[in-house]
Amino acid sequence: MQKIVVIDYGMSNLHSVCSALAQVAEGQAEVVISQDRAEIASADRVVFPGQGAAADCMHALNELKLADVVRKAASEKPFLGICMGMQVLLQQSEENDGTPCLGLYDGSVKSFRRHVNPEEKIKVPHMGWNTIQQKQEHPLWSGIPQDSYFYFVHSYFVQPVDEEYAIGRTDYGLEFASVIASDNVFAMQCHPEKSASNGLRLLANFIHWRGA
Amino acid sequence: MPLAKRIIPCLDVDAGRVVKGVKFVDIRDAGDPVEVAKRYDREGADEITFLDITASSDQRKTMADVVEKVASEVFIPLTVGGGIRSVADIRHLLNAGADKVGINTAAVRDPNFVREAAERVGSQCIVVSIDAKRVSPEGQPKRWEIFTHGGRNATGIDAIQWAQKMCEYGAGELLLTSMDRDGTKQGFDLDLTRSISDSVTVPVIASGGVGCLEDLSTGVIEGHADAVLAASIFHFGEYTIEQAKAHMLSQGIIMRA
Repeated sequence: MQKIVVIDYGMSNLHSVCSALAQVAEGQAEVVISQDRAEIASADRVVFPGQGAAADCMHALNELKLADVVRKAASEKPFLGICMGMQVLLQQSEENDGTPCLGLYDGSVKSFRRHVNPEEKIKVPHMGWNTIQQKQEHPLWSGIPQDSYFYFVHSYFVQPVDEEYAIGRTDYGLEFASVIASDNVFAMQCHPEKSASNGLRLLANFIHWRGA
Repeated sequence: MPLAKRIIPCLDVDAGRVVKGVKFVDIRDAGDPVEVAKRYDREGADEITFLDITASSDQRKTMADVVEKVASEVFIPLTVGGGIRSVADIRHLLNAGADKVGINTAAVRDPNFVREAAERVGSQCIVVSIDAKRVSPEGQPKRWEIFTHGGRNATGIDAIQWAQKMCEYGAGELLLTSMDRDGTKQGFDLDLTRSISDSVTVPVIASGGVGCLEDLSTGVIEGHADAVLAASIFHFGEYTIEQAKAHMLSQGIIMRA
């Protein structure tokens, strides 16, 4: 049976993501929560969630010596980043007066408050259901219609230098990259584990995805 | 397509059971929070809020069990409010699968609790519940103040200033209840809702007084609410969430289909 490791670095509530994975796995996969380097290295696929502040997340990853394990997993096996688990894949974040991140993608994480025109009068956090425009085909979109709703809650958004990686985009005062993907990595700003049937479908697709 | 407005059914839970007469003919146990939550999820609820009204403190732990069971089967955001006094209480509920917690009395007692909670678990998890009541006489410019204990205890705190302070302290969202309208079915206090929503930069959930579907849409259009919360119109089967969404869409409000 394949093993899915959900990386636990103390920065998020993992109950919902594990319940959702277990639900769609239908007994075909083992879902393990772990912060153990060997366990993560032995996974068939990896889920990298996260919430809270960028500096706290990077601090926790460095304390637990998980930064290189996360980078390696992303290069070797199907890898799903969720929320802060997407943001820290970039080079740096504006949050906490500038936070260096993992640097898998060139680009940075920016604040809605700072970058959206004040005349748009948006509320921050961006909280609730918004649509994702699928910019490129991807196995994880299978069965999910264009412009489907997903649940978001965040105050910062990613801006990769290479727009080609932004395979999903969402509008909130400005258009931002809500999904980035390349090779084995699929990373999304929204929470598939809280996005009802669309989210469950995406997680099911992830479980069956072979990666690059 | 911008962010959708949200419709949030609210369930009162006492010692692990849904109370205040949820009446659905098609579910076996209308007191079972899991069954009721699943039903609302199927109808298209955008989130579900649980209000823990358990009086005895030793039965409070049952709320975490309720959340855990619901979060294992229902994959939309869950908020829990009622009786939360410490960061430990918050962590316990988040670890059980809640996405957000509502803080009310504890914030009035010690505003720094909101700051501490937001720093520890993140603003996105912290909803500050504000119970406001109009204090200005008829004909005077409208003013509202914060009340606690179901509207019985006055605090003398101005509602708009309090809302702004709570955002500054780290609230990620406000749940605003008009104590004048709660339970009356006369609709939201639209002036209150608009005054608060326009003076803060976080999302505002309007609550208190929904009696018909028009109340939901005016809460968004005239009250500028980002989400609307209601209990009895859904529980008693007067309207389904689907009907509520269809009505909102007919008024030009963006809804998750």
